[in-house]
Amino acid sequence: MDFFLLMWEGFVQYRSQIGEAIGETFVMVGIALLAAVLLGLPAGTALYLTGKGQLYDHPLRYGLLNGAVNVIRSFPFLLLVVFMIPLTRLIVGTAIGTLAASIPLAVVAIAIYARFVEQSLLEVPRGVLESARSMGASKLQIITKFLYVEARSGLVLGLTSSTISFISYSTVMGVVGGGGVGDFAIRYGYQRFETELMAVVILLMIVLVQGIQFIGNALSRWLDKR
Amino acid sequence: MEHVSKTYSLQNGPFEAVRDVSLRIPQGTIHGIIGPSGAGKSTLLRMMNALELPDQGKVTVLGRELTALPETTRREVLRSIGMIFQQFHLLNNRTVSGNVSVPLELVGTPKRERAERVRECLRFVGLEDKAGQYPASLSGGQKQRVAIARALASRPDILLCDEPTSSLDPKTTAEILEVLLHIHRTLGVTIVIVTHEMDVVRSICQGVSVMEEGRITDAFTLQRNDTEAGTAGLAGYRVSYRDQLLGGTEV
Repeated sequence: MDFFLLMWEGFVQYRSQIGEAIGETFVMVGIALLAAVLLGLPAGTALYLTGKGQLYDHPLRYGLLNGAVNVIRSFPFLLLVVFMIPLTRLIVGTAIGTLAASIPLAVVAIAIYARFVEQSLLEVPRGVLESARSMGASKLQIITKFLYVEARSGLVLGLTSSTISFISYSTVMGVVGGGGVGDFAIRYGYQRFETELMAVVILLMIVLVQGIQFIGNALSRWLDKR
Repeated sequence: MEHVSKTYSLQNGPFEAVRDVSLRIPQGTIHGIIGPSGAGKSTLLRMMNALELPDQGKVTVLGRELTALPETTRREVLRSIGMIFQQFHLLNNRTVSGNVSVPLELVGTPKRERAERVRECLRFVGLEDKAGQYPASLSGGQKQRVAIARALASRPDILLCDEPTSSLDPKTTAEILEVLLHIHRTLGVTIVIVTHEMDVVRSICQGVSVMEEGRITDAFTLQRNDTEAGTAGLAGYRVSYRDQLLGGTEV
């Protein structure tokens, strides 16, 4: 009981720092999400389309794309952040801060979501594509009016899982001064031995992840009429 | 179709699905292509709307040589060819009317016109009351009727049917054949049906091609004075298709 009281007191005392940290996390995850949707969705679609037996079957392009996604995903994330510093500096002008931290996170986000997109699209029955072709649909129409329509609940679930991964990845951004709740928990909770603050952050994360998963599931169920 | 051939390369070597087939289907008829599974019937049908392109030979549909057209022009020709499938292939995430509306959306038909055409087509197949439902709540026969309505939406001249009744029970099969016959009579649509069911051919086809091992082995027309649906059931394959379909051996 005492510990919960300590947690509460810590939360009240540091609420402005915690609030700020949550804000930083949201910025990083938000940018990552944007990158996932704007670039990961097309990348995943391209992965699917260039795959064997698909509309744009192209072993070389598939191999390159597939390889790139694998390489990005195989980096231990912390190393990717450090490794990408020169590129980050090129893009945002600095390698330090929340915005700079968002760049490597966005890169991983694209790769992670691209893979989810590919998997969801692969689950669309081939017959749907055949009926689309028989109607004289153009390739773009096949993608937007058939593939995405039938895969939409999977695309949402994939984005949900991806978001949760982004939140987890964002917690190591302290190394480049990215801030966020993870950084707060390490600096206050671990390095200053205020364990209750770490517990507060963990609790917040649990609530956040549960909430996101709940919303994702509900949305996906609502979209799924199959 | 003139001298068309199609070979697939499978893991255990090349497979000649269609071997030098020539076939002419007169406009305004119902033509059946019958034969055992693996005979190449579906491949032949799928070459009629360029779902498959032949390795050799040419396919001419409605006076346009499909095999020689560039892809964009070919897509335009495809809009006058409807197709239905054994497994219906509806969009499960769109309502019944949403499905029927798809071909119209592809060509940018204005919304109001689309709604009207969708209603017309659904009325034609007798499913107006299901317009707002999703395919998951329909029976197989109803799904196939939605697929037929969808195929009719773009006012096709030809309707290709790939085993349209093979996943349906006999009663539903009869209903679907009824709808196809109705389409033929009222809209004058040319219908090509691929099937392995003798009854389907017996009940509605005028011309028949028998296909075996990639070749058309027999072709004839059925004289029908009546459209009485065949109820004889599938007879043994030893008797030739011709004998069975032209009478003689009722089993």
